Amino acid sequence: MDPLPPAESAVVRRIVADLKGRPGPLLEVLHAIQAALGFVPEGAVPLVAEGLNLSRAEVHGVVSFYHYFRHTRPGAHLVSLCQAESCQSMGAQALAAHARRRLGIDFHQTTADGRFSLEPVYCLGNCACSPAVMIDGRLHGRVTPERFDALVADGAAAP
Amino acid sequence: MTTTVYVPGDAGALSVGAGEVAKALTAEAARRRAPIKLVRNGSRGAYWLEPLVEVATARGRLAYGPVTAADVAALFDADFLNGGSHALSLGAADSIPWLKGQQRLTFERVGIVDPASVADYVKHGGYQGLTKALAMAPAAIVQAITSSGLRGRGGAAFPTGIKWKTVLDQPAGQKYITCNADEGDSGTFSDRMLMEGDPFSLIEGMTIAGIAVGATQGYIYLRAEYPHSLRALRTAIAAAHQAGYLGGDVAGAGKRFELEVRLGAGAYICGEETSMLESLEGRRGEVRVRPPLPAIKGLFGQPTVVNNVVTLATVPWVLAHGAEAYAGFGVGKSRGTLPIQLAGNIRRGGLVERAFGLSLRELLYDYGGGSATGKPIRAVQVGGPLGAYVPSSQFDTLVDYEALAGIGAMLGHGGLVVFDDGVDMARMARYAMEFCAIESCGKCTPCRIGSTRGVEVIDRILEGVDGERNIRLLEELCETMVQGSLCGLGGMAPFPVQSALRHFREDFRARVK
Ligand SMILES: Cc1cc2nc3c(=O)[nH]c(=O)nc-3n(C[C@H](O)[C@H](O)[C@H](O)COP(=O)(O)O)c2cc1C
Ligand code: SF4
Ligand code: FES
Repeated sequence: MDPLPPAESAVVRRIVADLKGRPGPLLEVLHAIQAALGFVPEGAVPLVAEGLNLSRAEVHGVVSFYHYFRHTRPGAHLVSLCQAESCQSMGAQALAAHARRRLGIDFHQTTADGRFSLEPVYCLGNCACSPAVMIDGRLHGRVTPERFDALVADGAAAP
Repeated sequence: MTTTVYVPGDAGALSVGAGEVAKALTAEAARRRAPIKLVRNGSRGAYWLEPLVEVATARGRLAYGPVTAADVAALFDADFLNGGSHALSLGAADSIPWLKGQQRLTFERVGIVDPASVADYVKHGGYQGLTKALAMAPAAIVQAITSSGLRGRGGAAFPTGIKWKTVLDQPAGQKYITCNADEGDSGTFSDRMLMEGDPFSLIEGMTIAGIAVGATQGYIYLRAEYPHSLRALRTAIAAAHQAGYLGGDVAGAGKRFELEVRLGAGAYICGEETSMLESLEGRRGEVRVRPPLPAIKGLFGQPTVVNNVVTLATVPWVLAHGAEAYAGFGVGKSRGTLPIQLAGNIRRGGLVERAFGLSLRELLYDYGGGSATGKPIRAVQVGGPLGAYVPSSQFDTLVDYEALAGIGAMLGHGGLVVFDDGVDMARMARYAMEFCAIESCGKCTPCRIGSTRGVEVIDRILEGVDGERNIRLLEELCETMVQGSLCGLGGMAPFPVQSALRHFREDFRARVK
């Protein structure tokens, strides 16, 4: 395990200090770390454990239980494709096949240029406008392959 | 004169371009020096008409939809600010037939009010329930909820008043109100719409619950997939504090109630109430063994109410209008109304709130207009990923907890996911097992191992290996999971599989490679 660079260590320590007084703070702390760094680095685990008086195994167990917490640095744009039933009924699997081809990666991977990460999600609450896709926290509905291409082209243009 | 224009800020409306429409409207109004006040309301739930734009006129709120940013200039040309007619005109929003026939109680304000404004909430009847509750004894509030017949809308349909009474009956001390906003079921979005369109009704419902059982702290456990709901809730909670409806002296009545939103982290199992409590405490979302019930030993070991968003948001209506009024809707033991969600391959998808007792057929065809693809509807999954697939021969079944149980299905959180005749039901059965394997909390073997085995067995059936024998094996496996699982994930994941085997057995045959 690589130790965190000093700047990131400082971020993690500050988050722990800010939130440790709250009831049941661990998930809050992990959310704050991911919001700040884009993921929960392995090197953050000992700092969090120490700060919250938990064992490293406990912290690691929580990080690994939840699909939302990422263990590696994501691409500049996070593309989440809904793969649950409602979106399946409107072609979500074909859209996923298209997205894999278009970006040249599979689910849980990041493009070599670091621009895009692709993730499956199970329902975005947009099932009346299936298939649904979320890109960097923005929700899109009734997404056709053409619309998908336009969305990632927009994403590629943005920083 | 300034004209009020409504463009929804609801995530679903935004997903089909409402944000771009709002931007274009603002720019075009500035260009033409037409003074407008833009309100970002919730969605009325007619998603096939989104983005749905409304204009306040002397003739009421007139609707246009579905509007794209490219239509905006033409709408101004048609003088839509004065209700001018245009190809996208829908007339008065209230009289759109799809909306007009609904019985909106829980959703009475969704899509109508400004979700960021306490004043607008109060103007539309908000906080009348709390005012009544503050003048009642706690036991009388609980009795009103019991008499209304309200049952939990999160899926288990347990009587809400009975749950509250258990918490009320615990000795005084720290108690909690927790709201389950994990809404993980595919095909459901009523919690999301409510939190984004009328968050104060949830806040008011939780406040009433706190006063009824003697709890001073509430938590909303919100799934991380709902960033728009998070913003709407945070805005509304701050506004309610500011207006004195939350905090140390609720509505000047000397009672305390505080409210906080906590985020989930993408685990379906955390919608199960004990897993949700573990997660709220900052741990792995492993299901707790019952007893003790959460009502006796819940969050941080204290007596805790756990209710769904829709359940809690219905409470203000019940208090404001009376238990009898609410119980006057519905059939049999299913009292009141249900916000039903039409999803998937459906022409007119969205939210339909009606009294219990209408048929699936009415929902699918009269409201839904049949499939989006125009092909025959072959199956409908009712009640989320753990719900049964209902074949067209059973579409006359009524929306009623007991009627659906009678055909081996369940209503759950009220979602209907529609599939046309292109659906491969063996694949859907495989998905149900796969989903269970991905989302299992790992605590018990039938669920953790059984679901993985289920996927393998279905794969073998589809490969043509020992078809009959493997189908029998699959049926036994389902039975083991139903009987031996600790919670509803492993215990109900077999329902879609069993229903697929029962009604669509012809799909379980070998595939040509
Ligand atoms: C696997 C599983 C997932 C569940 N997911 C949810 C959910 O997302 N939202 C919800 O309100 N209830 C969910 N429930 C039901 C809760 O356990 C619980 O019954 C409910 O939150 C109680 O509130 P209510 O009585 O108001 O419905 C789930 C149950 C199971 C077994
Ligand atoms: S049935 Fe599955 S999800 Fe439920 S407790 Fe057992 S392992 Fe966990
Ligand atoms: S199933 Fe895809 S948004 Fe709900």
